[in-house]
Amino acid sequence: MFLEKLSNASAPSGYEGEVRKIILSEIKPYVDEVKVDKMGNIIAHKKGKGKKVVLDAHMDEVGFIITSFNEDGTLKFDTLGNVNSRSIASRSVLIGKEKIPGVIGLKPIHLQTSDERKKSIKCSDCCIDIGANSKEEAKRYIRLGDYAVCDVKFESLGEEMLKGKAFNGRVGCAVLVDILKQDTNIDLYGVFTVQQQVGLRGAYVAAYDINPDIVIALNAVLCDDRPDVSKHLMSTEMGKGTAISLMDRNAMNSEFIDEIVTVAKEEKIQYQFITTSSESNNQSAYLMSQEGCSAISLGVPCRYMHSSISVVSKSDIKNTKELVLGILKRLG
Amino acid sequence: MESIEFLKKLCILNAPSGKEYKLHSYIKNSFKEFGEIKSDEMNNIYVHKKGEKKGSIMLMAHADEVALIITEILPKGFLKFKGIGIDSKTLVSQEVTIHGKNDIPGVIGIKIKGEDKSNTITMENMLIDTGLTTEEIEKTVKVGDMVTLKRDFYNLLNNNVASKAIDDRAGIVSMYECAKQLQESKHDLDVYFVCSCQEEVGHRGAKMASYNLNPDIGIAIDVTFDGGNLGDTDRENTLGKGTVVCVGPNIHPKVREKIMDIAEKYNISYGVEVEPGNTGSDAWDIQVARKGIATLLISIPIKYMHTSVELANMEDIKNTGKLIARFIEEIKSEDLEELLCF
Repeated sequence: MFLEKLSNASAPSGYEGEVRKIILSEIKPYVDEVKVDKMGNIIAHKKGKGKKVVLDAHMDEVGFIITSFNEDGTLKFDTLGNVNSRSIASRSVLIGKEKIPGVIGLKPIHLQTSDERKKSIKCSDCCIDIGANSKEEAKRYIRLGDYAVCDVKFESLGEEMLKGKAFNGRVGCAVLVDILKQDTNIDLYGVFTVQQQVGLRGAYVAAYDINPDIVIALNAVLCDDRPDVSKHLMSTEMGKGTAISLMDRNAMNSEFIDEIVTVAKEEKIQYQFITTSSESNNQSAYLMSQEGCSAISLGVPCRYMHSSISVVSKSDIKNTKELVLGILKRLG
Repeated sequence: MESIEFLKKLCILNAPSGKEYKLHSYIKNSFKEFGEIKSDEMNNIYVHKKGEKKGSIMLMAHADEVALIITEILPKGFLKFKGIGIDSKTLVSQEVTIHGKNDIPGVIGIKIKGEDKSNTITMENMLIDTGLTTEEIEKTVKVGDMVTLKRDFYNLLNNNVASKAIDDRAGIVSMYECAKQLQESKHDLDVYFVCSCQEEVGHRGAKMASYNLNPDIGIAIDVTFDGGNLGDTDRENTLGKGTVVCVGPNIHPKVREKIMDIAEKYNISYGVEVEPGNTGSDAWDIQVARKGIATLLISIPIKYMHTSVELANMEDIKNTGKLIARFIEEIKSEDLEELLCF
């Protein structure tokens, strides 16, 4: 599965190279033009008639960045992107292009004071340990600003679910790559952006460059559908279909959403609405660019989205692709 | 077999407290060249290497690892759990293996917001996510099933390694190293290598095995905190600087001095740590078995204890085995009484 290759690659915000290469070689045979812009976004173009349509996904994942060296050979680090700080301790990581292995350690519980046991974790409570004995030795292998991502392998979880890292972003990329391989009649841009996690940065630049009429941002969406969470706080539910965002930091174009729901009903594609509104996604960047456009967000429900391991449902991914193809048919 | 290969295979296997039999066939296969192997009803394994004369020494490392236990089966394949000895702050997004009718993989996830809008990390806010349906999970898992952490084994710089369950698979590897060293030499004492059960839940196996064997000397081999920034800064233990000899009431003073003399004699690097009372290891229960057993606690310093990324040094693990082998070789049966008396 292409998502497996994408999920296992290392590409945190600002360092998307590995994923960019994988996607470029996969889509080149299927598009008329493809370029990499000044920020590293991939902008692929399948020429056609009518309005300019952008399908957007982001390549970057959350990760860590090395900020300084401790005297004992361990490394100080900070988060790259929106990482759930509660999930940083006791991890194994791979640092830089050479993927040097290290672990994120925390003081053992037996040695913590009762205050330390109660408070939450910060990056400064941990270190990344590569087994070096001194600062000088660590400097031979690691440079300041090297990135680190968690070493998590893509795997099935049961018959229906998938577990891996970086679904936030890459699940949208996988759907978009699949769609670019199909024949569509419209003027379609497939945009794989950088640095979504640190403020939708790549999307702003791509939006200005293309100046689209219609944008559909594809991503993973928040899903907390646990038995210990009240239904209205779940955001979405796994296996209940593609999630349509009604509102996040911006209100959505309600006519466009009505059209999408119509397509979903006609094609008998499962869909749901996202019931919370705290996330922001790339479509906001397109809305704010030049004179604005009609932009919405569609997503695959994803548990534990902001941590190093997330879970998605295979049927939700399939539904998302089918829904987008249905919408594109209608626009053509 | 190389010690690092043995350690890697042992760490990847799963043996929560009470289910140590999961390691048995691998341990039996690995130790069978050294002596006769038996196990008892509670999953302790005994490897008996005969000595030339009288007296016996028991080496003990525990086979179990810290684990979680399932307390409730919830809908949609979610499981509620409790932990024994693991910091809940290290469990978020942790991969696990649930030991039900078969082993199934899971991921621990935390609620986005607690009921009180807090951000505290407690097991109350966490669930194991198996991705299975309610029907599927009820067929395989029941309340009381154990769960172990899942982590690959990593080779880091300077012969350091990181994995889950270094506590106390490293101790088992030290015993293996010791057994390899003793193959080439003669020794007066009978040697028993014991992989004890249920150390993490109260040193249960230590009590039974010590009663069973009633050795003259018992050496518990476990792990201890390093003295670094994220360790116990009051200790001098340093990874790569050798095994750690414990001093305190749990430890027989003359036997301890003897092993330190032997370390000096053979130039084997070691450190010292002080435990004023309960050492929190099998040594505590070995010492008071039957009429009392002269006890030592020899420990391998590790970082990040009881997490899935425990870090230790291979040289420390091998040197622990080497030191104990030299010690065993040097103890003559006729000197035993003098050594042990007060």
